[in-house]
Amino acid sequence: MARAVTTQRKTFNTALAWIVGLLIFFPILWTILTSFKTEAQAIASPPIFLNFDWTLENYAIVQERSDYMRFLWNSVIIAGGSTILGVIIAVPAAWAMAFVPSKRTKDILLWMLSTKMLPAVGVLYPIYLLFIRLGLLDSRAGLVVVLMLINLPIIVWMLYTYFREIPGEILEAARMDGATLKEEILYVLTPMAIPGIASTVLLNFILAWNEAFWTLNLTAVNAAPLTAFIASYSSPEGLFFAKLSAASTMAIAPILILGWFSQKQLVRGLTFGAVK
Amino acid sequence: MGRIQLKSVTKSFGDVQVIPPLDLTIEDGEFTVFVGPSGCGKSTLLRLIAGLEDMTSGSMEIDGTDATDVPPAKRGLAMVFQSYALYPHMTVRKNIAFPLRMAKLEQAEIDRRVDGAASVLNLTDYLDRRPGQLSGGQRQRVAIGRAIVREPAAFLFDEPLSNLDAALRVGMRLEISELHERLATTMIYVTHDQVEAMTMADKIVVLHAGVIEQVGSPLDLYRAPRNLFVAGFIGSPKMNFIEGEEAAKHGAHTIGVRPEHIAVSDSEGPWSGKVSVSEHLGSDTFFHVHETGLAETITVRADGEVAFKHGDRIHLTPRSDVIHRFDAKGLRIE
Repeated sequence: MARAVTTQRKTFNTALAWIVGLLIFFPILWTILTSFKTEAQAIASPPIFLNFDWTLENYAIVQERSDYMRFLWNSVIIAGGSTILGVIIAVPAAWAMAFVPSKRTKDILLWMLSTKMLPAVGVLYPIYLLFIRLGLLDSRAGLVVVLMLINLPIIVWMLYTYFREIPGEILEAARMDGATLKEEILYVLTPMAIPGIASTVLLNFILAWNEAFWTLNLTAVNAAPLTAFIASYSSPEGLFFAKLSAASTMAIAPILILGWFSQKQLVRGLTFGAVK
Repeated sequence: MGRIQLKSVTKSFGDVQVIPPLDLTIEDGEFTVFVGPSGCGKSTLLRLIAGLEDMTSGSMEIDGTDATDVPPAKRGLAMVFQSYALYPHMTVRKNIAFPLRMAKLEQAEIDRRVDGAASVLNLTDYLDRRPGQLSGGQRQRVAIGRAIVREPAAFLFDEPLSNLDAALRVGMRLEISELHERLATTMIYVTHDQVEAMTMADKIVVLHAGVIEQVGSPLDLYRAPRNLFVAGFIGSPKMNFIEGEEAAKHGAHTIGVRPEHIAVSDSEGPWSGKVSVSEHLGSDTFFHVHETGLAETITVRADGEVAFKHGDRIHLTPRSDVIHRFDAKGLRIE
């Protein structure tokens, strides 16, 4: 009897998980499907789910009208640059917090995280002005710095959590073995924390890739990444759903593929410490 | 090269002073053991010497040069940790080579020294493995290998054998003693196990609540413990302490008699009591004797097999020449 209940419950849980998963995935699926419809079919009522005339013309038009590769390259530079810069700054910060904590370490961590709760638009004006003064508007370098700062609290938090799992004695051994602080972090701490650093890098790359507020507000042409590429297809008067969907699909494809191949690593990283 | 001198060293964590002012000299080539119950400050003292903790006040010299503010990496000391603290992502070869790499030695020299250490420690067949693939004893040997390749001024051991099982512990104990004979380098060894202290040390430092209770050779401590703490800590089984009338007879507040200095008989002897537990080891027999009117329990160690059992009434005779006398403050009376 007990076994039957367990099986029932298992089936129920599995079904529930699938339903939630499909609900979350549905908008993405719908976008992908719409990208293969004609504009007329895209806005048909009632909506057509699968039996439409599959076409690639939206992709052809989007590719013809705008330079996808340039946007893609900007996204790669901005997301990659901000992540790498963030990790370089966060590793020593997280080292200090994990291995030489002070009374205020917890407060600093919480304070850092609290900045994430600030509505971004609240600092748009000062940052915009700063960008004008520094000549950083519509530059990839400017966006790299801003997105790095936006995500830095999360990077530090995640690395801090991983570093806390590394026994301090091993770092002390490195110190006794004559390693300088730099060598200790470079040759001992970092290699041991590679799984944690990898999932931190992945998550932050995805966050930076998807970031739209700052990328839309601070870029125009030169530094515009894929988020701007999508936005350029949503015009107030236009009902170009199919083309917008094609552009969206092209924009999310790289990150979707990256996420798909690294999902094991990501899940492991995000649940690290929780399940032990 | 490895004379270590501590001068009025103190250590506080916040408001708690774990080491009150302490002076200690460890001579070059000496095997010194810090021994004491857990929480006595022995590991803290070792970490102060290593430089892993900062002194609150006082100073330290290595070979006459002030090392108080020298970072651990520059003190020329090697340490073996209780948890081994091997680098899990490196092979045994890389683990042992790590300090040499940090010292920027040439690759040929690194290889020569690593191979040398590996052959001394029987690790040659394991050089390409990672620490996770080794047994506890092998890991400990890797940790020792990592320490010896550097040819340090002194070795620091922080309870290195406490994670090993009993049989392995005895073997490693011998290996470390042999290593000391061969290298003749200063070694400082922390343990809570007085048997390790007695068997390995040239000099034992008994610590209690951060204070040095006594410094001396193992047999000095055994023969002439300076106070009740040292008397009770050194020697196994523990020394018997007797207070009251019997002690007064010897002109002391407390007298101490070691279990091996009491003779047993079924008919003769000034003391008598009832055997509570008898432990027969073949080589020795231990009796825990109650109802003596002297102390809760008197422990006796008899050579060989002696056939008294639970409930037997026996007589005890202490050897008068080795009765230790202590005053009301617990200090030894000569």
